[in-house]
Amino acid sequence: MADIITSPHISGHADHHDVDYLHDGKGLKSWLTTVDHKRIGVMYLWSILFMFFLGGVFAMMIRLELLTPKETIMSAETYNKVFTLHGAIMVFLFIIPSVPAALANFVLPLMLGAKDVAFPKLNLFSWYIYMAGALIAIAAMVTGGVDTGWTFYTPYSTTTDGSVALMTFAAFVLGFSSILTGVNFVATIHKLRAPGMGWFDMPLFCWGIYATALIQVLATPVLAITLLLLIMERTFGIGIFDPKLGGDPVLFQHFFWFYSHPAVYIMILPGMAIISEIIPTFSQKTIFGYRAIAFSSVAIALVSFIVWGHHMFTSGQSQLASAIFSFITFFVAVPSAIKTFNWIVTMYKGSVAFNAPMLYALSFLLLFGIGGLTGIFLGAVSVDIHLHDTYFVVAHFHYVMMGSTVIAFLGGLHYWWPKMFGRMYSEPAARIACALVFIGFNATFLPQFVLGSRGMPRRYYNYLPEFQALHQASTVGSWILGLGFLIMAGYLFASLRKKMDAPANPWHSRTLEWQTASPPITHNFHEVPSVGGGPYDYYRPVGTGRNA
Amino acid sequence: MDSIRHWMLGPQGSAYANNVDDLYMFLVWLSVFFFALIVFLTVYFAWKYRRRKEGVLTPNISHNLALELLWSIIPLIIVMGIFFWGFNDYVRASVAPNDAIEIHVTGKKWLWAFEYPDGTRTIGNLHVPVNRPVKLILTSEDVLHDFYIPSMRQKTDVIPGRFVDLTFTPTVPGKHQVFCAEYCGKSHSDMMANLFVDSPEVYEKWLVEGDPELQQMPPVEVGKLVYENKGCNSCHSIDGSKNTGPSFKGLYGRMEKFADGTTQMVDDNYIVESINNPQAKIVAGYEPVMPTFQGLLRTPEMRGIIAYIKELK
Repeated sequence: MADIITSPHISGHADHHDVDYLHDGKGLKSWLTTVDHKRIGVMYLWSILFMFFLGGVFAMMIRLELLTPKETIMSAETYNKVFTLHGAIMVFLFIIPSVPAALANFVLPLMLGAKDVAFPKLNLFSWYIYMAGALIAIAAMVTGGVDTGWTFYTPYSTTTDGSVALMTFAAFVLGFSSILTGVNFVATIHKLRAPGMGWFDMPLFCWGIYATALIQVLATPVLAITLLLLIMERTFGIGIFDPKLGGDPVLFQHFFWFYSHPAVYIMILPGMAIISEIIPTFSQKTIFGYRAIAFSSVAIALVSFIVWGHHMFTSGQSQLASAIFSFITFFVAVPSAIKTFNWIVTMYKGSVAFNAPMLYALSFLLLFGIGGLTGIFLGAVSVDIHLHDTYFVVAHFHYVMMGSTVIAFLGGLHYWWPKMFGRMYSEPAARIACALVFIGFNATFLPQFVLGSRGMPRRYYNYLPEFQALHQASTVGSWILGLGFLIMAGYLFASLRKKMDAPANPWHSRTLEWQTASPPITHNFHEVPSVGGGPYDYYRPVGTGRNA
Repeated sequence: MDSIRHWMLGPQGSAYANNVDDLYMFLVWLSVFFFALIVFLTVYFAWKYRRRKEGVLTPNISHNLALELLWSIIPLIIVMGIFFWGFNDYVRASVAPNDAIEIHVTGKKWLWAFEYPDGTRTIGNLHVPVNRPVKLILTSEDVLHDFYIPSMRQKTDVIPGRFVDLTFTPTVPGKHQVFCAEYCGKSHSDMMANLFVDSPEVYEKWLVEGDPELQQMPPVEVGKLVYENKGCNSCHSIDGSKNTGPSFKGLYGRMEKFADGTTQMVDDNYIVESINNPQAKIVAGYEPVMPTFQGLLRTPEMRGIIAYIKELK
């Protein structure tokens, strides 16, 4: 689809439409009132990166505390608040909005050849809702904190002190931001594809985001209702989950995971979507099995709604329920395997370059491999009974959430950075940072698989001395990981201080977002692009599509 | 191979643990195989087809149905096999035989209490005879807890207002670790217990006489054991540091100030009252959270804890 069939540029029109989006309007007000999806994407990007930093600081504190059993740097109460905030911030304020609200907001309309998302004002509104949710969450942190874990399990969460109601209200508000973004993307993909772009001519990123948006719209309301019920019980003593008030604590877990399992796919599908862009671009190769990858995204989205009970094998749910949930869970393995092998085979007979985004994509293949394979352990009921609520689970979901989603997000950030800000970052520094993040991540979380298998429960402030060596290895790993992120912050900020130097298409990609200037003009394209051919037609010279 | 298995999974306490470990190790080797395959293909393709010249066109290999079916169906068959393996073991392990000893377990912040068929009650130490199925019937008095015996590869959430059960047949005598695996607040990580797997004779004798070592020990040492085993240590420090409850250090003989403004000197009777009826007098600055230990300490144990507190000047 690389070919913009209509005249790519009409010369002699030096009006404000030719100004890039970063310079189209100056001052804070022009940003806060913008309806440009690119500016909103950038505002989301800085917001979530700040939250990522905050959640990361909490993570480093957790690992430092666990350097020794008993107190290292903080008390048990503080530790319980710190791991709760780490989880809540990373899930609700960073990972869920990371790829969809920040990156996809920027690139999705460009990829479709559209001027903007379907509902630009709604898009801005959802950013304001996100900021409101973030402020409420910060208010909850400074007015007593929360020590329930990000899962808010009852009846602990309805009886403990602290700002639990405020924090759950923050998650409630953030849910609306997520729903509105999802609605916007579904409408955009249905209605705003460029002339000539059929569903199977879209880049696979759009398929991944589409599947994600469907889950966001369908599952998030359940979380909203659940959190509202929790707030009612806590504030007004209405008995829903607490057995002392006639409620059922296991009911909360069913409600919670009915959302939060699909939410796992809200987090991983966009990561997969990014990988489906990076690998063809840096291999200069047609993606292998376009339809299989597209449909497996949708298949994962659908299956995600009927596997929530695999979080509850030890919860007291019936054995029959556990058996059924275990059975269905294993079907997730199939689309995951299809995607993994299709990505790898895409490189076959390609022309593979090892720029920073591709290094992240290759890291993703290995880390997602580990995350997926260890998921099989947890799907098998008998083994899960032993591993549930241990560090094995902690390691597994960090391999999926961080090793896969965050690594893919970083790949996407490095991939689209030149497009977003018009500047190239230092490639050698980026490669070093990627290597440190990869090594540090594995050093942090590989030991945790063994810790968990040996019986170390999660959310433990204190631990038996026999676990100390592995905990220390993990903590040292977190320092390497932290160093990698520091270097990354350094060269990314440094690139912003340079003059704009990025070419329109530094990676020689064929998708539409690269066929306009870096950074793009406010209206994205001078003319509505019309599309011939597929998004990954690296087998034919540029400009020889079927409509050309 | 055995040493890898032992290093990864820790000691086994039952035949069932061995079944679980068989599946676990099968999954380890399966994962190693597939991970090696992923690494090999990734590195091989990436390096073999590395970019040597800019701007080349590449062949259009859009898909290959046979290959894609191959890597859908093979994983599907494998995971279905794993499902049945895990499901089978799980079902067999969750049904208690009729001759199982039934022991009631109560979890509360932050201790485990046990009640045996003959009425014997203990805190923090669970005694069972070797090679006989045990059925624990568990409930919670406050929030969710989870009774986890790693060496038996068994755990279950413990839920207020509900009874759940957990079955195991210990085959390895000696001491086994028990953890709370469901987050329950401040002292969650100290909410442990010991599982003692005894020979049948020792178990029967223990039911009648209590812990044999207590009878020859000086009271202070009995008290120290009580302090560590009955859960006192999750809330009361012995070094003067403030915890959920007042520290035991320097407690005996002190004038204690209560939330209602009254005061009393700490003596033997005050300690007994605080253990049996902890809500009677709440020390100023602390929450009324201590559960009652009425009927849970034998007389020598009560004497022991008093002597122990006296010692902590």
